[in-house]
Order: sequence, then C-alpha cells, then structure tokens
Amino acid sequence: MHMSHIKLELKPEQVSKIKQICQSFNNDSGELINVLHKTQETFGYLPAEVQEVVAAELNIPVAKVYGVVTFYSFFTMIPRGKHPISICTGTACYVRGAEKVLDEFKRILNVKVGETTPDGKFSLNCLRCVGACGLAPVVLIGEKVYGRVSPDGVKDILKEYEEK
Amino acid sequence: METVKLTIDNKQVEVPKGTTIYKAAKKLGIDIPTLCYMELHDLGVENKPAGCRICVVEVEGRKNLAPSCATECAEGMVVKTHTTRVINARRTVLELILSDHPKDCLTCPKSGRCELQDMAIKLGIREIPGHEYAEMSTYKKDLSPSIIRDVDKCIMCRRCETMCNEVQTVGALSAVNRGFMAVVAPAFEQDLEKSPCTYCGQCVAVCPTGALTEIDHTSKVIRAIADPTKTVLVQTAPAVRAALGEEFGMKPGTLVTGKMVSALRQIGFDYVFDTDFAADLTIMEEGTELLDRLTRFLNGDKSVKLPILTSCCPAWVNFFEHNFTDMLDVPSSAKSPQQMFGAIAKSYFAEKLGKKRDELVVVSVMPCLAKKYECQRDEFKHDGNPDVDFSISTRELAHLIKEFNINFEELSDEDFDQPLGESTGAGVIFGATGGVIEAAVRTAYELYTGKPLPKIDFTELRGMEGIRSATIDFNGLPINIGIAHGLGNARKLLEDVRLGKATYHAIEVMACPGGCIGGGGQPLHHGNSSIIKARMEAIYREDAGKPIRKSHENPYIVKLYEEFLGKPMSEKAHHLLHTHYFNKKKDVYIK
Repeated sequence: MHMSHIKLELKPEQVSKIKQICQSFNNDSGELINVLHKTQETFGYLPAEVQEVVAAELNIPVAKVYGVVTFYSFFTMIPRGKHPISICTGTACYVRGAEKVLDEFKRILNVKVGETTPDGKFSLNCLRCVGACGLAPVVLIGEKVYGRVSPDGVKDILKEYEEK
Repeated sequence: METVKLTIDNKQVEVPKGTTIYKAAKKLGIDIPTLCYMELHDLGVENKPAGCRICVVEVEGRKNLAPSCATECAEGMVVKTHTTRVINARRTVLELILSDHPKDCLTCPKSGRCELQDMAIKLGIREIPGHEYAEMSTYKKDLSPSIIRDVDKCIMCRRCETMCNEVQTVGALSAVNRGFMAVVAPAFEQDLEKSPCTYCGQCVAVCPTGALTEIDHTSKVIRAIADPTKTVLVQTAPAVRAALGEEFGMKPGTLVTGKMVSALRQIGFDYVFDTDFAADLTIMEEGTELLDRLTRFLNGDKSVKLPILTSCCPAWVNFFEHNFTDMLDVPSSAKSPQQMFGAIAKSYFAEKLGKKRDELVVVSVMPCLAKKYECQRDEFKHDGNPDVDFSISTRELAHLIKEFNINFEELSDEDFDQPLGESTGAGVIFGATGGVIEAAVRTAYELYTGKPLPKIDFTELRGMEGIRSATIDFNGLPINIGIAHGLGNARKLLEDVRLGKATYHAIEVMACPGGCIGGGGQPLHHGNSSIIKARMEAIYREDAGKPIRKSHENPYIVKLYEEFLGKPMSEKAHHLLHTHYFNKKKDVYIK
C-alpha cells in the first residue's frame, strides 16, 4: 500500500460527513467495512486523516482501520490525480502496443500503476476495453479519449495538460 | 456438562464439548507443536488465529489435515498427531515460514530463546529448499526508546496484536497489508514512537521470534563501570529478585535477592542499592498525598480529586497521558520509585559523597521496558543530565552476569549497601498487583488513625483477578480501594470513574498482567502463566520474612526526612519527588 504524500486538512463539513456515515451504521465497529465503502464513495479515497476520524467515531484503534484498508484491494489511500490517466490494456489495445505506451507514461511521470504524481496532477491506471477498439491503443485522460497512441506521442499528450 | 470421547494417538480421552483437539491432546500429555497459539490461563488470554498451521493433525475420515488449535473434538473422533503425512506437512509449513525469515540467528537478540529456532530444531530442519533464490519481504527497522521492531522476523502469529489490543486495549498494533507484505504494525506503518504505544512490553513478552525485542543498554553500563571518573550506582526493582533465577535454570518463584546483590558487586557497581528503598519513599509521599486529599475531601473541599491513582507504573502513566487526558490531575503526582531513587541519589547521596551529579551514573534493573522510556523523559533531567542514566531489564542483567563469568548458582548471599539499600516488606510487594496499595494502606492507616495496625497482611487486596475492590476500615472510616492490572482492566475501571459510577478513594493500576512480576522485561514465560503466579508467591514470601514491613518505619527513610527532605510533601520533597503529566493524545495522529 502506497500512501499519499499529500497532506490533507479535513474541512469541518468533511469531518461531519464522515461522522454522518458512521452514524448511519450506528457507530458499530462491526460495520467498519461498510463505513469505509461509503466513505470512499464520498471522498474517492481513504487518506490517513479520514481513517483517524472513522476510528474515533467507531471507537476502535486507527491501526485496525488501517489494517482493513490495506487488506482489501478495493480500498485506496491514494487520491486520483486532477487528470486521471487510464490506459486500455484490453486485448485489442494490448496487441497494438498498449504496454509500451503504459511504460512511457510510467517513465515520464515516474509513478507506478495505481499511483498519483506527488503534485497531484496525474494518476495512472489501467482498464479493460472502452469499446473503441478501432482506435487501439486507447488512452483516456479524464473524459477525453486519445486513439492510436504511440509511445512517441505520450509526451505531446501530456504537454496539453502542462498549464491545466 | 456435556462431554465427548475421542482417541488421540491411540489414547482415549474425555473432554467437555467444545474443547479443541490441541487442548485435549495436552490433557493426555501430548504437546502438539505450535507457533501462533498461546493461552495465558490465569489471565484469561487466548490467541487463536490458526495462522501458523504447525499444529496440524490427521483426523480419520477428514480429507485435509486439521489445525488442532481451532478444531473442536467430536464424539468418536480418531486423531493422529505424528503420521508421516502430518510430519511432512509440518516440515513443509515450517520450511515455508523459514524461507521468508532472516538467517542471522548467530547475532539475533532472541537466539537461544526463540520459539521459531526451537521449532526448527524440534522438526529437524536441516535446509530450507530454495531459500537462495526466494524473495524475502523486508521492512524498515523501528527503534523506539524501549522496544525494537525488526519485523523482517515477524511470522504473523499475532500474539502481540492480542496483547496490545485485547489485553491492554492500547491499540498500537494491527495486522496490516496482505500476502507477502502482511505484517503487524502501527497505523500507517509509522514508528511505535508515533503510535499510542505505552512501551509496556507485553508484545515483547509473547513474541516467539526476534521481531520484538528490547533496546539493549548493557554496553553502556559496561562502559560506565569501566570509566574511572564515574561512581556507578545500581538500583534493583522488587520484581527482579523473584524472577532472575529463572534465567539460570532455577525454579520459578525462587528468591535470589542475596545472590543478585553479590553478582552486581562482582560486576563492579560501586554501590548496590535497592529500588525498594525508593518504594518506601514513594509510599511516604503518595500515602501522605492520599491522606491530604482525603482529609480535604471529608472537610467538604470540592476541588479535591478522588480517587487518587497510583503513578508508579510508567506504562500506565503513558496510557493515561494518551487515553484519559481529561483526568491528568487525578493520578498522584508522586514520581515512580525508579525516578525517586535517581532524584535522591543525585542530590542527597551525591552530597554525602561530595560529588557532582554528573560524576554519578545511576543504573536501574527493572522488570520493565517502559522504564527505559521513563528515565529518558525530559522532566526527569537536570541540565540534560538524567536522574537515572540507564535502565536495563531482568533479562539484560542475566546476560551481564553470564558475560562477566559469574557462576550465579554458587554465589553466596550479600546485603545491599546503605543508606539507599534498606527497605521494608511494603517496598517489596510493589512488585505484585495490589502491592502498592497494600503498602500505602499499611502506612496511611497508621498515620491517619495514630494506632498500630491490628494485622499487616491485607489478603483482600491480593490475587490475580483483573479488577478487584475492597473496603478497608480506617477506624470507622471506610476506605474504598480499587485495583486493576493489565491496561484493559485499568481502562474499564477508569471509564467507570469518569462516568461517576465508581466510588473509590484510591486505585492502584499496574500495566502488566500480574503487576511488575509479569513485566515486559522479565524472563520470558513462553505462555506459561503459572510462572507469574510463582513469582507472586515469592514476593509475598520476601515481605513476610522482613523484620520491618511498613514503609514509615524504615529507619533510613526516617533519617532521609530528618536530614534532607523535612517532611513528606515539603517543598523540597515536591521539587525532587513529584512530577506532572502531559496530554499526549495529539502525538498519536499522523500529522
């Protein structure tokens, strides 16, 4: 489990949102997994600060909460980047070189799959088929679809986001 | 009670329904090997994650092997604990555990006392197939002031987690991650120092491997003794004398006070003193504080906080500084005996010797790992010079004795030096749960009533039950006493106090099960809690054999007040012997 490097200051309304979620499960520590699901649904990820509030509300050690968060791969402590990058590694994209494209993203951004750049700008993930196999290999950045991406083109794509 | 009959290794046995195969076998004298299962019977603690899979057995009619620690006996069951299939499986399981375990046994602090090493010997493991190319999981080493976490050596038995969460309710440790990276760690895999760890050391006391050990200060002690410019004093805690013998093969419960003193002298300490003396001093201060609060309370002073809580136990102090931050003014302000000793040694005794405080080195021998942290606390330093320089555990002392070629068993008995070596039976019983409060009652009763105690032994305050209470008649005034050992029990008691449900005047808390005799620095009990009981009996035996058994009758304590301190809770006593507490809650969080 890789932790986010980004320090987070929870806003009062965020704290009360977490408290609300815990209360909807009667602050029952046996509901920890459900509480974490709901919380991740709300925040997109489960940073340490959020886990601390959950632990306090359910009256269990924060180490226990962290134990559950790190056990189930569904939970993540890493926020999605401002521009989430998804690389299709479905069959069609894969045979047309998606892996080399992925490697180039990893090289330039210096992150692994599932990670976010320290500045919070990009996160890197893989997915399987977006239904645009004719454009393979396909890359999504946010909502925007890039088709027939070659490793050489990665740099230019990222350039578009320099000022964003 | 419903029972079931079964056969284990061709022997018949009848056990209550619900009994596991592991326990039924034990009843027959068959010790099925295990690395994770642990039961501390007298303390009601059981660790049963069924994780190590060493304890597998063959059950007739069952396809796969059964973990005996987690499989209940059934009527007519036929169990075999050492078939070829079982032996092969057990060896393979152990080889797999060893394949992800460092092979540095030669220099491991647990070597010789390691349950994993013992298991490798027992199962005849001679090589670990494929270990040359097998990947190993590695983690950052964590050095706290008291405890070392070297979790490369963790085998995920989760005994520490049971002690930390269920027994102590400290909640510093949890199993985190999964698969290869699975390990027991504090939240966010931070260091112990940033967790709510109290350094009670109960995790170290039960760790089967070298994953959890204490910070070793023996080299520093050896260097101090060799330094001709230093006068080195040693103080020994009450519980040490009731357990040290075990490290030399003696029966649990053997008292080795006299041998311990001669060994310390042979090691080269200039003065061999006794923490029990400081325990008597603690009673003078804490007992007076109790009477002071009590009298003011009875006179209607609403600002008085009752109950008074004992403050001798450094892990307990850490615990309430983390968990009961709204009650920081409730515990006694009296320092622990270790720190009282240091403060008096580096003032009163230094003056007597005509030496400066930094020419003295004070070493303590403690059954405790939290004492290592306590003596490093800033408020116990004077211009950077600590009142107690180094604290070593009972185990470390045993190691020193062996390293100094001393034949411990053959030593003759010697007496402590004076003036800081004289103690009463009241000082001795500090080592067992209930002892501090019994010692306090012995003195407070006489100071309050002005009459001699009709009987010295308060057996109603003794025992192994986790939470106990008793009412002592102070000449018509009923004094309600509460006692808790194990931090989980302390939490329950304190929560009742917080909610106003409890009406105690005084409460004694010891962090470790059984009190200091079961401390994290004691010889390892390897899950046998009858050893702790035997130590407790030894402590009360030592008390019963003492000519003086009340702290205020210790002639050297009387002299210390006459010559130096004035009276208990005087300004000088306050300055040297009392302390204050901090809110550490904020430190728990990751920020």
